[in-house]
Amino acid sequence: MGSIGVVQPQSRRFEQPLPLRSGAALRDYTLVYETYGTLNANASNAVLVCHALNAGAHVAGVHAGNENSEGWWDNLVGPGKPLDTERFFVIGVNNPGSCFGSTGPMHVNPANGKPYGADFPVVTVEDWVDAQARLIDAMGIRQLAAVIGGSLGGMQAMAWTLRHPQRVRHCIAVAAAPNLSAQNIAFNEVARRAIITDPDFHGGHYYAHGVVPARGLRVARMIGHITYLSDDSMAAKFGRGLRNGSLGYSTHEIEFQIESYLRYQGDKFSEYFDANTYLLITRALDYFDPALAHGGDLAAAFAPAKDNRFLVISFTTDWRFAPERSREIVKALVDNRIAVSYAEIDAPHGHDAFLLDDARYHGVLRSYFERVALEASAGHSKGGGDAPEMQSPVQP
Amino acid sequence: MSERRDLEVIAGLVPHGSRVLDLGCGDGELLAHLAAHRGCSGYGIEIADGNVLRCVQRGVQVIQLNLEEGLALFEDRSFDVVLQLDTLQHLRNTEHMLQETARVGRIGIVSFPNFAHWANRLSVVRGRMPVTKTLPYQWYDTPNIRMGTFADFEVLARRNGLTVLDSFGLHDGAALRRWPNLRASVAVFKFERGDVAPTA
Repeated sequence: MGSIGVVQPQSRRFEQPLPLRSGAALRDYTLVYETYGTLNANASNAVLVCHALNAGAHVAGVHAGNENSEGWWDNLVGPGKPLDTERFFVIGVNNPGSCFGSTGPMHVNPANGKPYGADFPVVTVEDWVDAQARLIDAMGIRQLAAVIGGSLGGMQAMAWTLRHPQRVRHCIAVAAAPNLSAQNIAFNEVARRAIITDPDFHGGHYYAHGVVPARGLRVARMIGHITYLSDDSMAAKFGRGLRNGSLGYSTHEIEFQIESYLRYQGDKFSEYFDANTYLLITRALDYFDPALAHGGDLAAAFAPAKDNRFLVISFTTDWRFAPERSREIVKALVDNRIAVSYAEIDAPHGHDAFLLDDARYHGVLRSYFERVALEASAGHSKGGGDAPEMQSPVQP
Repeated sequence: MSERRDLEVIAGLVPHGSRVLDLGCGDGELLAHLAAHRGCSGYGIEIADGNVLRCVQRGVQVIQLNLEEGLALFEDRSFDVVLQLDTLQHLRNTEHMLQETARVGRIGIVSFPNFAHWANRLSVVRGRMPVTKTLPYQWYDTPNIRMGTFADFEVLARRNGLTVLDSFGLHDGAALRRWPNLRASVAVFKFERGDVAPTA
């Protein structure tokens, strides 16, 4: 079980405008993506990995010349790993509006020749999924074996089954939710206000001023980070530990270890993340709500996914995307008699657990992908019935 | 092997093509058997990580839940059959789960160790709690917190307005219909809610 090794980002330009939910369109855009493993002859072994807020197309392996550039889900994806690149053709794609290569707010707006900045159109989870679908079209993949994502990535995985149910077989949604709670939107709003009220924000056109709203980004990241960890893991990691061993009686200096940690995370983040992207992605999170068009009836929203099969995973200490929210997803699927397995992993790490390699969590993913792989190698395609060796014995 | 024959006897109670909910499905063996041999579909409910993993490995749809929290995930009469095999003796809210089983399923099938089995009676007469194949634990470390008998369950079923459709004892893989309360180590009941019209 090793790393996939050195990987090469690729990009594809799309000249046809992408219609967006807002009614606007994204003109002439580029998607950056990476692939690992080999697409089989009947293109039945492709797995799409959807990223969350703070990641991009670089899912696994390292970039040439930088040994520390490990992909964000490298512990899951690689040869012999749970999502085994010796069996699957794995695709990572950076979503438009993000700041990791695909067309985003710092790229040039073809309408006026200037960076988009605040004028980048608001994008939604559904828009991203449509962009991803165009990419797999271009790759000659008619149907994905699976789509997987955690958190916001899990929302994209679900949206695939709602918008393009015939183009994907399995949906694996980890630490996800059917929509954000008011509390979740509130956290996002505090983060956005931190950015927008930074004097260096300049209404989102800070590139023209040669500055970035780093203070706002730092605070936004600090807030976010608090919500990704559990109370227990923070207590275990930092407790009330003091940085200098004794109280300094200062309100400005770092006193507690947790302050030091949050400031470090904030500083690091503000050096590489784009503020407009932060605003856009948190908005996409806020807006995701497939039940809304069905009067709040999530089961009605999932009706198109009747032939898809789901694996839903949550973590007991995740309070940002709590297990109860995953159970809402499971209930909506059960109400539709859709095939679903649900694992509730007893892990101490809060929301962050989806990126860690807990043995029970990865054990379930490995086993699930093994069955998906058997099916993919049998050349299964939906509509023709299950391949005999994959006959899911219990198909509701 | 008697466990295998027990499984086949229970499977025989499940109509072909049923939608099944198996509460405390263990490693998913029965659901896999029902799917392969009786064209059934459905889900298992299981709390133990290891069993959830085994279910996923064999392709059984499993939902990890604590049965003590009830069956809020499932609508009334949304399954043809709800199985609660070798499970109720581990539950604190036994009676509530029995009601939930009858609510969610058109038919409920329950099995549990029959404490009135003659071997158990003999052990108690000798002054010791039984340790047998069906009840393999010492009294101080048993997960079985509800010990009842075949006859006790008939009373509980009546009390909850359940109509018993079939009942028998199981011992060494054989169904026993005469004096099950004395002769069988396991009690099996198939029932439906008394307040709904019998299903065809």
